[in-house]
Amino acid sequence: MYFIKRILFLIPLLWLISFLAFLLVHAMPGGPFDRERTPASPEIEHHLLAKYHLDEPILKQYGRYLNGLLHGDFGPSMKYRNHSVTDIIAAGLPVSLSLGVLAFCFSMGVGLPLGFFTAVHKARWQDYLGSLAAAVVICVPSLVLGPMLIMLFAIKWRWFPVALWASPWHVILPTLTLGLYFAGRVARLMHEGMLATLHSEFITTARAKGLSETSILLKHAFRLAVLPVLSYSGPMLADLLTGTFVVENLFQIPGLGVSMVNSSLNADYTMVVGLVLLYAVVLLVLNLAVDFTHCLLDPRVRYE
Amino acid sequence: MSMASRSREQPPGAGLRLLALWPGLMLLLAGCTGGEPKADLVIINGPDPETLDPALGTGLEDLRVIGALFEGLARNDPVTARPIPGLAESWEMSPDGCVYTFHLRENLSWAPGQPITAGDVIYSWLRVLDPRTASEYAGQLFYIKNGEAYNSGKIQDPSLVGAQALDARTVRVELNHPTAFFLDLCAFQTLAVVPRQVIEKYGEDWMRARPLPTSGPYLLQEWRLNNKIRLVKNPFYWDAAHTRSAVVDCLPISAPNTALNLYQTGGADVIWDRENIPNELLDVLSRRPDYHTFPYQGTYFLRCNTTRPPLNDTRVRQALALTIDKRRLVEKVLRGGEPVADHLVPDGTANYQQAAGLGYDPALARRLLAQAGYPDGKGFPHCSYLFDAASGGEKIHEKVAVELKEMWSKQLGIDIELKQMEKQVYQAAQKNRDYDLSRSTWIGDYNDPNTFLDLFRGDNGNNRTGWKNARYDALMDEANNQVDLTRRAALLREAETILVREQTPIIPIYFYVGFNYYNPARIKGIYPNILDDHPLNAIWKIGGEKD
Repeated sequence: MYFIKRILFLIPLLWLISFLAFLLVHAMPGGPFDRERTPASPEIEHHLLAKYHLDEPILKQYGRYLNGLLHGDFGPSMKYRNHSVTDIIAAGLPVSLSLGVLAFCFSMGVGLPLGFFTAVHKARWQDYLGSLAAAVVICVPSLVLGPMLIMLFAIKWRWFPVALWASPWHVILPTLTLGLYFAGRVARLMHEGMLATLHSEFITTARAKGLSETSILLKHAFRLAVLPVLSYSGPMLADLLTGTFVVENLFQIPGLGVSMVNSSLNADYTMVVGLVLLYAVVLLVLNLAVDFTHCLLDPRVRYE
Repeated sequence: MSMASRSREQPPGAGLRLLALWPGLMLLLAGCTGGEPKADLVIINGPDPETLDPALGTGLEDLRVIGALFEGLARNDPVTARPIPGLAESWEMSPDGCVYTFHLRENLSWAPGQPITAGDVIYSWLRVLDPRTASEYAGQLFYIKNGEAYNSGKIQDPSLVGAQALDARTVRVELNHPTAFFLDLCAFQTLAVVPRQVIEKYGEDWMRARPLPTSGPYLLQEWRLNNKIRLVKNPFYWDAAHTRSAVVDCLPISAPNTALNLYQTGGADVIWDRENIPNELLDVLSRRPDYHTFPYQGTYFLRCNTTRPPLNDTRVRQALALTIDKRRLVEKVLRGGEPVADHLVPDGTANYQQAAGLGYDPALARRLLAQAGYPDGKGFPHCSYLFDAASGGEKIHEKVAVELKEMWSKQLGIDIELKQMEKQVYQAAQKNRDYDLSRSTWIGDYNDPNTFLDLFRGDNGNNRTGWKNARYDALMDEANNQVDLTRRAALLREAETILVREQTPIIPIYFYVGFNYYNPARIKGIYPNILDDHPLNAIWKIGGEKD
């Protein structure tokens, strides 16, 4: 019941988000057709505004937009005049999704074992080395990491292509650039989670019962220790899935991250609102999924 | 509800394991696009084109690709960028310069059995003028009789517009007044001929029709946003025999480092614009044979808002102009071989006689400023300089602004506040004349002084300075009614002298240089010209030529 209520609650929430985003983006100074050059006559500008209904009162424009939205139409892009927002999202989302899922799997695949391992070997050289590595990848922004990887692996050694999105080879450097930071964060969270869990009473009880160390660590401690990572993974996945400007720009990847930034710089109204809504849906759904998974993993958690 | 009982049956991390199946799927998806044959020529075209519709295109990156897809009655010569016969094989001009008659080639077709006719030309032009198309460059057709009236809706009947198809192969055009650059306009992308049959069938989505018949040397095989535009040779183009590269990829790349990396590792053959190579590496790159610069039809200048003090005083504007050490700017900040500009129209423009500008004279500037009531800058009111945040990491505008502030402060003792804004906001502020001084750029559309000087007529929407001068407007009118090109050039020079010397509502800073980056030993068919226009069908890579 609880989750059904939460799902139903998403509808007014998304409506509110769309309304606010629509108002805010229209309140920005400068419109989509403010350019270096003014057209030869004021009429040309009127035609442009009329074509995109920008000459109507804002609430009427919103009504029109909402009506389109209910029919699954995000409207035409005002910057890319041969494309609709739906087209652009349909083209960019699979790319951002694949890159995001790969980076997510990479950061989980590296971060979880690293955090686990360093916690188990607390205060020994494995811990110091692993924790240092995690701290370094957190501190080096992708803006620095990406060009370094490109310089070494793509230009010096020519193992991978420098940019573009065409084959599985093209995916590896962007995945690393994007995933390493999150791998570090996940490792830190996992490390803290494990340390806290290993001090709990139920672990002491388990040890007293004579359970093997492996069984204690994997079966009992891991399940609770992973919870902070789980809470973090919702917003993290949302971030990764909807694309990231720096990495997409650096590797010229046709995802949504670049569109997200450029559309607001270009005052491409429909595109901004469309992307905000998409991001909101992904974020809300993933948060819901995280809470749901919490229930599955932690027997103490109940949502009524 | 309770989840506990189910969770016991499921091992931890089952959800994660399911997620792990995704990448495989996605990799397959991503891999699907990897099997394409390599292009004969790969070009880094700058940001993604906003549109490939000739009626809508405005940006350089749009127009370059549109030019490969659609052709007009004339086209630009790849060497000189002067208009030469395109879809029309010949034309005649009436003695008064107001009527042109074009004769279309015989072998024009969209596809076998579908000829390109004079009716298609008229359809394409009327479509640009049609208010529903909302073409930003409709003004290119306002030189045609009743063109503007039809666009503004004052007349509804298209037969009143001065462009008619006399028969299937003859187009007659009546102009408002002699227009020295009308043939240049006929070679401009806005006036290119588009496939009526497709547009009427698909409406707004016509660019997505496949096959998409085109009138130019290339067909649009694929347009993946932010990814790639693939052009393939149009076998029905009248001059298909001379299309040198059969498959051309245009890559939309916005990060200069990425562009250069691709070029260096063999992923691209040509980089078009200066903005697409890293400014930091200019000193190194400019010494390579790949680096090509040449005079170009673009000017970097300042607009002065002449409607509010202190810049409503001509002496103040002249003082500001006279204290700019432009040589220092081009040598220290630009470093790309840009020539200093003392006038607005770039040297080398056709039909042009150079006007004398103000030059650099700080002593005179101080005297003028004192005459205006601000000796040594004392009592000079608050005044700001508006510029936009350049995209792509190049901070040219910012660097120029800082230098200017320093020069004015040192030479005139005045403090100008620097105001940086996002591009759209900056443009809105400039348009609404909400500024004192503003950085500006103008790139010529066609090879004639009019594309620059027309801007500062009192009623031009691009004036944006509030400056209006009856003598200037009268000179421009008189010049544009001249059939004698030498006399016309003299009149235009007189007008430009008012603009850059006598009244100074604008301060020219430097002329842009055309910039191409390619290996001249491997890439042929690119010629420097003032429009920086390089028709794709003339370009080829040695060893990459195919039929």
